[in-house]
Amino acid sequence: MSSATMALGGAQIQRSPAHTLTIYLKEAKYEFLKYLRLRMYTISVLSFPIMFYVLFGLVLNANQSIAGTRVPVYLIPSYGTFGVIAASLFATAAGLAADRGLGWLQVKRASPMPPFAYFTAKLFTSVVFSTIVVLSLFALGIAFGGVRMSLAAFVKLLATLVAGSLPFSAMGLALGYFTGPNSAAPTINLIYLPMSFCSGLWVPFMFLPKFVQNIALLLPPYHLSQLALAVVGAGNNESPIRHWEMLAAFTMICLGVARIGFQRDQGKLYG
Amino acid sequence: MAAMIASPEQTGIPLLGGPGAVVASLERVNKNYGDVRALKAVNFRVRAGETVALLGPNGAGKTTAIKLLLGLLEPSAGRVQVLGGDPTNPENRMRTGAMLQVARVPETLRVREHLDLFSSYYQNPMPAAAVLAAAGLEKLSNRKFGDLSGGQRQRVLFALAICGNPDLLFLDEPTVGLDVEARRMLWEQIRLLVGRGKTVLLTTHYLQEADALADRVVVINQGAIIAEGTPAQIKAQTAGKRIRCITSLSIETLRRISGVTEVKQDREAVELHTGVAEPVVRELLARDAGLSGLEVTAAGLEEAFLALTQDSSEKGNTPNYE
Repeated sequence: MSSATMALGGAQIQRSPAHTLTIYLKEAKYEFLKYLRLRMYTISVLSFPIMFYVLFGLVLNANQSIAGTRVPVYLIPSYGTFGVIAASLFATAAGLAADRGLGWLQVKRASPMPPFAYFTAKLFTSVVFSTIVVLSLFALGIAFGGVRMSLAAFVKLLATLVAGSLPFSAMGLALGYFTGPNSAAPTINLIYLPMSFCSGLWVPFMFLPKFVQNIALLLPPYHLSQLALAVVGAGNNESPIRHWEMLAAFTMICLGVARIGFQRDQGKLYG
Repeated sequence: MAAMIASPEQTGIPLLGGPGAVVASLERVNKNYGDVRALKAVNFRVRAGETVALLGPNGAGKTTAIKLLLGLLEPSAGRVQVLGGDPTNPENRMRTGAMLQVARVPETLRVREHLDLFSSYYQNPMPAAAVLAAAGLEKLSNRKFGDLSGGQRQRVLFALAICGNPDLLFLDEPTVGLDVEARRMLWEQIRLLVGRGKTVLLTTHYLQEADALADRVVVINQGAIIAEGTPAQIKAQTAGKRIRCITSLSIETLRRISGVTEVKQDREAVELHTGVAEPVVRELLARDAGLSGLEVTAAGLEEAFLALTQDSSEKGNTPNYE
């Protein structure tokens, strides 16, 4: 093991699949731990949807119905969507913008880390926190809101919402490449709060003014929430295919934008 | 030893192999950030087993040079090679380690967790215990990064740079912000690595640090290399003498004395800078019999280094490498 032993290899790193898997798992584990211990993240991402649900779904309107669906049931898909969006955007955009802008990503890029492991870890973190948010809403609804649904419906609702983490993680990566360490969080809030409102996540879609409803049809949270509401029989009876298509198209656009940012960073960058 | 599996056509420069082979090089490299020319036709080589210090003031282009060698930046012109290939080559990154200036490292992870993750990237990482010992972090391994002091944070970054057991280390201002004791400790660690046959390129703006660590010093200022040599040679070039006296000779006359590089009025006295004091003193005494208060002192290293870099920016000269 002396420095004189300097053999040249090929352009690719020869790692065993087990070694590669280990890297991906560790990257994901530590990314998750990083956010789990970040109180600002866990509190803002978990507490808002839960607080809203407890207040508007359990305390205030528990005995009312929206379009034939009991409020505690109706609000799980709505606030679930809201929670998934926040968990996904903050886990991706804020971290990426900080890592890029404050030099940490350069240290990682200078190492032999497989670049894809970095992004996979962010996606993993989004998915896990999305799951936690949705399960928390379920638990509260079942315990205090008399929410009952079949196991199949429960699994389908959870899977739909958690799958919704993908488009918003993609959006987060795109935002993370085009915002700075200080502007990422305000930018996320500036986009996702109005977007959530216009998509009917706070005020049910049918109560929104007509022009806002027209805007909603173009917004990804609307399509995710409609897919989720359909599981509990409270959707707008539109084709689910259409919703999935919109979400898929949105994901592709965001990944395209993120890719531009990624390539821009590979060449010239900050300092 | 010296296993060499490399085809010579891959590069124009001598290939890796035994000690003395070029392991990192910039060839006529320009790097522009918009209108700012960060590096101007820089030629520069690091050979296996060497410790090279890239010495220069802030904004000289040191960090840019390091980032080019790490493949984090692309040159505007010229060629960058590391271990005989492109610096972005993933295989190269297995064998290089980097300590960069980072404004923020994820603060909620513990020292050992950071280390565990970075070690996993490498094929043959050092055992965690050895890395912690080398970086003086044994007692801090359970601390979260956010709870560490500035010097301790630098040591973690150093640990991450060495954890993969790399052959070639790039250290960008490794001791910036460290107190004297922490700096000496890190120097000791770098010397140990060099003793184990590692090649090290470090940047610094302390001549003293370059002197303490490097076999070879490359002085860079305003994007151009202005001097290069062993620490002793650089010191000889930079470390002059300061002559202080009270004289009736005019500043203009003093400036014209051969060997005088700088003249300053200092209250009633004047202060002259020169490489060698004796001929200047002789000349002064010959011209001004009434000269008084004569003092000759060695100029401080840092001061002399400053003179060297200022000198180059005034003349704009860029002596050629080799």
